[in-house]
Amino acid sequence: MASKPPDVHVTNSELLDSLDADSFYVEGADIADTKAPKVPIDRRWEERRFRARLVNPANRRKLSVIIVGTGLAGSSAAATLGEAGYNVTCFCYQDSPRRAHSIAAQGGINAAKNYRNDGDSVYRLFYDTVKGGDFRARESNVYRLAEVSVEIIDQCVAQGVPFAREYGGLLDNRSFGGVQVSRTFYARGQTGQQLLIGAYQALERQIAAGTVEMNTRHEMLELIVVDGRARGVVIRDMVTGAIETHFADAVVLATGGYSNVFFLSTNAMGCNVTATWRAYRKGAYFANPCFTQIHPTCIPVSGDYQSKLTLMSESLRNDGRIWVPKSGEDKRDPREIPEQDRDYYLERLYPSFGNLVPRDIASRAAKNVCDEGRGVGPGGLGVYLDFAAAIARLGRPTVEARYGNLFQIYAQITGDDPYQTPMRIYPAVHYTMGGLWVDYDLASSIPGLYVTGEANFSDHGANRLGASALMQGLADGYFVLPNTISDYLADGPFPQVDQSHPAVTEAVEAVRARINTLLSVNGSRTVDSFHRELGRLIWDYCGMERSEEGLRKALTRIRELKKEYWSDVRVLGTNEELNQALERAGRVADFFELGELMCIDALVRRESCGGHFRVESQTPDGEALRNDAEFAYVSAWEFGGDDRRPILHKEPLVYEYVEMKQRSYK
Amino acid sequence: MNVTLRVWRQANGRAKGKMAIYRVNDISEDMSFLEMLDVLNERLTLQGDDPIAFDSDCREGICGMCGLVINGVAHGPQQTTTCQLHMRSFSDGDVIDVEPWRADPFPVIKDLVVDRSAFDRIIQAGGYISAPTGTAPDAHATPVPKRDADRAFDAATCISCGACVAACPNGSAMLFTAAKITHLGLLPQGQPERYSRVVGMVAQHDAEGFGGCTNIGECTAVCPKAIPFETISRLNRDLISALTHGGSHWPRAAPKGETEVDEED
Repeated sequence: MASKPPDVHVTNSELLDSLDADSFYVEGADIADTKAPKVPIDRRWEERRFRARLVNPANRRKLSVIIVGTGLAGSSAAATLGEAGYNVTCFCYQDSPRRAHSIAAQGGINAAKNYRNDGDSVYRLFYDTVKGGDFRARESNVYRLAEVSVEIIDQCVAQGVPFAREYGGLLDNRSFGGVQVSRTFYARGQTGQQLLIGAYQALERQIAAGTVEMNTRHEMLELIVVDGRARGVVIRDMVTGAIETHFADAVVLATGGYSNVFFLSTNAMGCNVTATWRAYRKGAYFANPCFTQIHPTCIPVSGDYQSKLTLMSESLRNDGRIWVPKSGEDKRDPREIPEQDRDYYLERLYPSFGNLVPRDIASRAAKNVCDEGRGVGPGGLGVYLDFAAAIARLGRPTVEARYGNLFQIYAQITGDDPYQTPMRIYPAVHYTMGGLWVDYDLASSIPGLYVTGEANFSDHGANRLGASALMQGLADGYFVLPNTISDYLADGPFPQVDQSHPAVTEAVEAVRARINTLLSVNGSRTVDSFHRELGRLIWDYCGMERSEEGLRKALTRIRELKKEYWSDVRVLGTNEELNQALERAGRVADFFELGELMCIDALVRRESCGGHFRVESQTPDGEALRNDAEFAYVSAWEFGGDDRRPILHKEPLVYEYVEMKQRSYK
Repeated sequence: MNVTLRVWRQANGRAKGKMAIYRVNDISEDMSFLEMLDVLNERLTLQGDDPIAFDSDCREGICGMCGLVINGVAHGPQQTTTCQLHMRSFSDGDVIDVEPWRADPFPVIKDLVVDRSAFDRIIQAGGYISAPTGTAPDAHATPVPKRDADRAFDAATCISCGACVAACPNGSAMLFTAAKITHLGLLPQGQPERYSRVVGMVAQHDAEGFGGCTNIGECTAVCPKAIPFETISRLNRDLISALTHGGSHWPRAAPKGETEVDEED
């Protein structure tokens, strides 16, 4: 780990008036080594597996692992490590591990099977992912992801995941945004649920076998680091309020992304950053927090009371055509607007990819046409996604077979029938590429703390391709982590942690103190009202477009709002009961701190790349302009202390295999 | 619009509960039912009254976390999840009863929140295919007829919300159990454990205190994923085959003569 530079003792209040972005942070040493073996890229994973030390099966039961989160990355890891014979303890905040938010993924999962004989390969999936991530992902990790993708499909089919099949009985594939091959496996519009049920059932099998202890309705509130190693967690039992400590030889965070910092996002109500944020505060680096993904096809916002946004799978873009009226004055019923008065703007601007351009490009294009005043629906914040041509070409039954449940969701929420009239869609926050920094082994900067799935930052760079999140979650959980964590556990079991160890009592006291403070403020505003205001700030200034001026404004306001929060929030009830407002209050407190780091990260990265669009850095025709000379690095942030500046460690990104060039989907 | 809610309030599993009355004025018909409860909770909090506890997570009808009995019907008047129910399904001035799932195996934790962990234990008793990580053959090694794959999928859409139990006069979880039996039992990968699975899951179902199925069909009437009633017949056929052929807990192939006599769909 890098040593801290001396000057980290400037308080944030002194910085508020400063105009220099550099005054928001200090720079630490670069990260020199990510531990990928130094052999050709197609041999790195094999080499790593060979070099990683193994643990004798008889010794595994003496080794314990805590896994927090039971989405694809957590369930698959817990099932696999349990099956291998380790002692696994697992936590989730939901009432069943099967409800984690992976379940809501609709579209599909990529794999380089080349079942279509359309020129796909491990190398092409690797290439597409690096390019789609706008050259801000690490080549070694992405290559491994592409390699492992093939095994994931085999594993899932063996577990009984009912992927879509053709009449011959073989698996069907479709194409997805940002690529030109058909490599996406799917289960109607609920691939996430089917994959998660597969992993969940494997997990339940291990619970029955006694290798995994499952704790539902339990939320991690603090990480315990003893003698430099992650050794446990502080957990709140959400039913009784009991504050518990749990210890193990290693801790895995599989706690998902932080889109809910925006308040409105496609994430589930409970999704939060607390587990990873608490780890950050204990020394784990947080990488690229400003890399968030705005998904182009969501149902537009309908009112202030709205609690969440609903995604329409981007697979809809395979057959749906996106358009707005050529004139903002044109308020006719969309069905009555003739072809010549419509602007199929994606097909016009990006003729070779058309409606299948990557998510960041599709989202910003929608924002641009709405900013021009050509948006449709309430508030002008929407564009049409039209299936009339697809229904005419394929027939309604085919369209129904492909997208039936999505159309149903849409009709349910909006009261409109998409078979008859075009859908209205608008971008919404959907996924966060940023997350805890991990090396090639998925190890964080705290020894013994591993991070999998969306919770880490590793594989998607500045923009994730469709159908790649499910792939990464399962790759990490089934195949990567179980092979790399043994190298760490081979040094264990580590000495038993004493309850009275200062690191333990400090962590427990910190949790109690926060809870007591939140319950005792008794101010005048609800948790949600603060959260909504924070979310609006982040959406306006750290959303689809970011600018120097806007980010500074956001930073000032977030800091003020955070102060107001701690002096004016109202949380009723006690800790010793099911208290949903208290749960939310703790999560929102951490979102404030994260929101600040996101804005600092966005401010420092004075380039546009992927989902991060800085208005100061664009080409003459308004496309994102990367600056590889200055910004071809991962920003890994180290916590500097409360009211101290965070420390930026740069991990230089080197591209040995894919030539760095500006993306073009024209 | 304005509505009046009569909501079940219960401080915890040991406390006695009662219905409490709340006026909720000035709400939009575009709100979801749960967003209406969010608004009520915001107002209660500002008044200093304890907000109503209820479960929800994805709010897009797939995680299965939400579930309220609304006017006596599990998930309310539309055949959907509670989170997908909108206020446009109600009229101005309506009085709406809101209660938790009612079944002994689903004890109330607080207000409208119940404990459904019994479902997880039914899955533990056999609701899986044993396929340790890394042991799988190529995904195309075993083609699956599209018809079987589609029907397995239909059963696999179950979201474990528990509405079937809440609706059943017997408090039976047969539809939930049968959906899993059908999903896995229709796939070639699920055959080796087919009969041990059904015996194990049904035994656990009964041990949890769920009632037996008497073919009333209330479950399918409220199921947000429209799991077919005939899955229960399939479960019964598999169970009878397993028991009459002595199958208890060791894996075995389909008994001779028990071919796939599939009902037409």
